Amino acid sequence: MSTCVRVKLPTHLRRLAKVDGEVELTVAEPATQRAVLDALEQRFPMLRGTIRDTTTGKRRAFIRFFACETDLSNTAPDDPLPDLVVAGREPFLVVGAMAGG
Amino acid sequence: MSGVRVLVGTRKGAFVLTADGAREQWRVDGPHFGGWEIYHVAGSPADPNRLYASQSSSWFGQVIQRSDDGGASWQQVDHEFAYEGGAGEHLWYDGTPKPWEFTRIWHLEPSLSDPDVVYAGAQDAALYRSDDGGKSWLELTGLRNHPSGPQWQPGAGGLCLHTIVLDPSNAARMFVAISAAGAFRSDDAGESWLPINRGLRSDGIPDPDAEVGHCVHRIALHPSRPDVLFMQKHWDVMRTDDAGDSWREISGDLPSDFGFPIAVHPHEPETVYVVPIHSDSEHYPPEGKLRVYRSRTGGDEWEPLTVGLPQSHCYVNVLRDAMAVDTLDDAGVYFGTTGGQVYASRDAGDTWTPIVRDLPPVLSVEVQTLR
Repeated sequence: MSTCVRVKLPTHLRRLAKVDGEVELTVAEPATQRAVLDALEQRFPMLRGTIRDTTTGKRRAFIRFFACETDLSNTAPDDPLPDLVVAGREPFLVVGAMAGG
Repeated sequence: MSGVRVLVGTRKGAFVLTADGAREQWRVDGPHFGGWEIYHVAGSPADPNRLYASQSSSWFGQVIQRSDDGGASWQQVDHEFAYEGGAGEHLWYDGTPKPWEFTRIWHLEPSLSDPDVVYAGAQDAALYRSDDGGKSWLELTGLRNHPSGPQWQPGAGGLCLHTIVLDPSNAARMFVAISAAGAFRSDDAGESWLPINRGLRSDGIPDPDAEVGHCVHRIALHPSRPDVLFMQKHWDVMRTDDAGDSWREISGDLPSDFGFPIAVHPHEPETVYVVPIHSDSEHYPPEGKLRVYRSRTGGDEWEPLTVGLPQSHCYVNVLRDAMAVDTLDDAGVYFGTTGGQVYASRDAGDTWTPIVRDLPPVLSVEVQTLR
């Protein structure tokens, strides 16, 4: 079983991936944060290392994951994503943390 | 028809400035990669259409871009820079061990003969080489594995390998500089490395003439005389005549011997340029006057070059990678400031004109002479 997850990338990563708007990814169920990022990096290899460390898999310090008005940044990467994200009704947001610079 | 292409890296993107050989009318293209820090853009001496750019961000990490058409279009290449054999440890600011951790590429140095070969200097300090136009990178481990490596300590800007100089007469010889470890030389194409810091004296470290620990800011040479190197150290302008085996100070009558860049005239090996900065805590020119200093005697005696440069209320800095020369008959000298100006001289420094005035803070300036 697989599902279609909508992913919204920050502007700079959309430019690197050469996409406009949201990205739709086919993800095997259970859809997790790790499964979504794996699918994202497989389709857009140029994004490897820009969201999470290529060696450790850890989220980069200034990257956040939001969905359904909830901060999922510190949830376990293999936890299931919210049902609305799995159902494709809400996007999984990759966000550059608000910081000066 | 000759011309020049000035490659400018800034805190918020890259800019490409082009002109014909007269260097009077400039076309400004950019920003490329807007919003990203572009530490360096460099062109291949073997193929001027081949450019490499280091694109980085605190948010999204490191990206490397490559152009095959002189900067008109870009493609992303590999950006994985692994510390071979494990990270190991160097010293942190507080003197405790800290694992090597990749932050960014400071400097890209294309091979003099092969456009697909390019070297990259990293923070934390390591040297990488690509033989396939940036599609993959391998660390030259002999440098970081030098026995002194665990004693290397960062300067204020991090433990960065910021200078790579290739010897045009000897493909096996290259020089690098690391803040704040010092200068190193390889005579076997990067396999093994020798610290070349004898004669340097740095009062900011416990042993002022230690083998390593010096904050070297920049090294430059003239292609016709590669055993003669000029160095802008944190404090002190230095010179070696024996490829780094020994150095002597040539600061002479400079108003300050602190600074970042150093460059050599393309046709006069004894003519050297520096930009004195007041001090390491006041990163601006002495007396608020932006002055390039030129020595026509290989150091010791310096003359201020001021025509066209602001001589009051100027408090910008010129960073280590932000000065370059072209090789046209009437030598061009270029530098960029943290205030976003890129200045050009068409007469070896006698007079200066801003090409652009309001870019983001300039991190690097390189020049390609197009013939």
